[in-house]
Amino acid sequence: MAEIVQEEKQKGGKKKPKKHSVHIDMTPMVDLMCLLITFFMLTTAFSKPKVMDINLPEKLKQNETAEAPKIAAFRSLNIILGPENKVYWYPGRVEDPNNMPQLQETDFSATGIRQVLLDRNIALKRKIDQFNTDVISGKIDIPYDSVNAAISKLKKDDDTGPIVLIKAYKTSTYKDLVDIFDEMSICGIASYVFMDMDWMEEKMMETTLGIAPTVASVQN
Amino acid sequence: MPKIKLPTKSPHIDMTPMVDLFSLLLTFFMLTTTFKPTEPARIDTPSSTSETTAPDVNAMTVVLSPDGLVFFSIDNGTDTVYHIKSKILAEMGTRYNIEFTPSELRAFEKSTAVFGVAMQDMKAYLSPTTSNDVKDDLQRGIPIDSLNNQLSDWVLYSRQVNPNVKAVIRGDGKAEYPVVKKVLNILQAKNVNRFSLVTNLEAVPITNEENIQ
Repeated sequence: MAEIVQEEKQKGGKKKPKKHSVHIDMTPMVDLMCLLITFFMLTTAFSKPKVMDINLPEKLKQNETAEAPKIAAFRSLNIILGPENKVYWYPGRVEDPNNMPQLQETDFSATGIRQVLLDRNIALKRKIDQFNTDVISGKIDIPYDSVNAAISKLKKDDDTGPIVLIKAYKTSTYKDLVDIFDEMSICGIASYVFMDMDWMEEKMMETTLGIAPTVASVQN
Repeated sequence: MPKIKLPTKSPHIDMTPMVDLFSLLLTFFMLTTTFKPTEPARIDTPSSTSETTAPDVNAMTVVLSPDGLVFFSIDNGTDTVYHIKSKILAEMGTRYNIEFTPSELRAFEKSTAVFGVAMQDMKAYLSPTTSNDVKDDLQRGIPIDSLNNQLSDWVLYSRQVNPNVKAVIRGDGKAEYPVVKKVLNILQAKNVNRFSLVTNLEAVPITNEENIQ
């Protein structure tokens, strides 16, 4: 709605153009713009999703054999992801199928599996934390982009922390998998690997969960 | 005494600065916006403390839906030089004896959507005459059986056409482990051993020294 004030013609006298600013009603335009801004603000995806990088050990090709790397039993910690976001763990390794260790049940809370991992990884975790505080307070002068490399060197040199073997039972979910890898990075675990369960562990899980051994697991 | 009459005047607000600001914002949002691609299934990714951002070029994404279906997408940004997506589809066509017309290849390249269409239905999916309802019906997940393992071929040709491609897995938190395992096995069979798992950002928990004695 443009209001253009018309000049009144004066009879007689000189034509004197009156100075009137042209007023345009901008309300509809503003309305439309509000609408469009809201639309774009709501549909836009600003924050990019984050990713977590994991590396899996290479699969053996057919007719290829390789010795499994030997690890100390007292350092190894087995974590089995169970149903309903529960985690089961046992230290060491199973050697005798007739004398299987008891699985400990825990969860993903701060006092759950994280406590277990931190208890075992305290030396390395302290070192990493100390390093981070030193960098922040300026005690260690190091370029920002080499902080991660320095931390991974700390992890590489560590020989006290646990070696975590992560396994997943068939009723676990993708969320458990992501959560456990996340716990690894929170607790600063130096070495961990994601691997398949063996039949003894399947059996241990079935005993712990109180389900009868299934045909599939017997065949395994 | 005559009363003082205030002149009745409609208040005029000068809206010019507001309009200026609005047009600025509008231009900004219109230029920076990237529309969320349409998805055949709602994916609720789990959260983690990782702070690496997802790659937006050279990425092949395997999407795991909560009901165990597998979808796939190839991201190459605005790829006007190499036409990677259409090359991959052409390779898949020769593998499954399906001849794709140039317009179908172009349609495939233009769409950024995640797809879960078996190769037999790909022609119908890409045809412009197919209605959206029918297209949604065709999204039955990419076959991953050992007899008809099309996901493995998608991975193979994606890597053949673009050797720099990174494998990204975007799964719903409720996707069950056997499906995840199957997908990991398929990727590992094609020598992909490095994955990026897409997650939402979550605050890093502060661990007190006192708690971990």
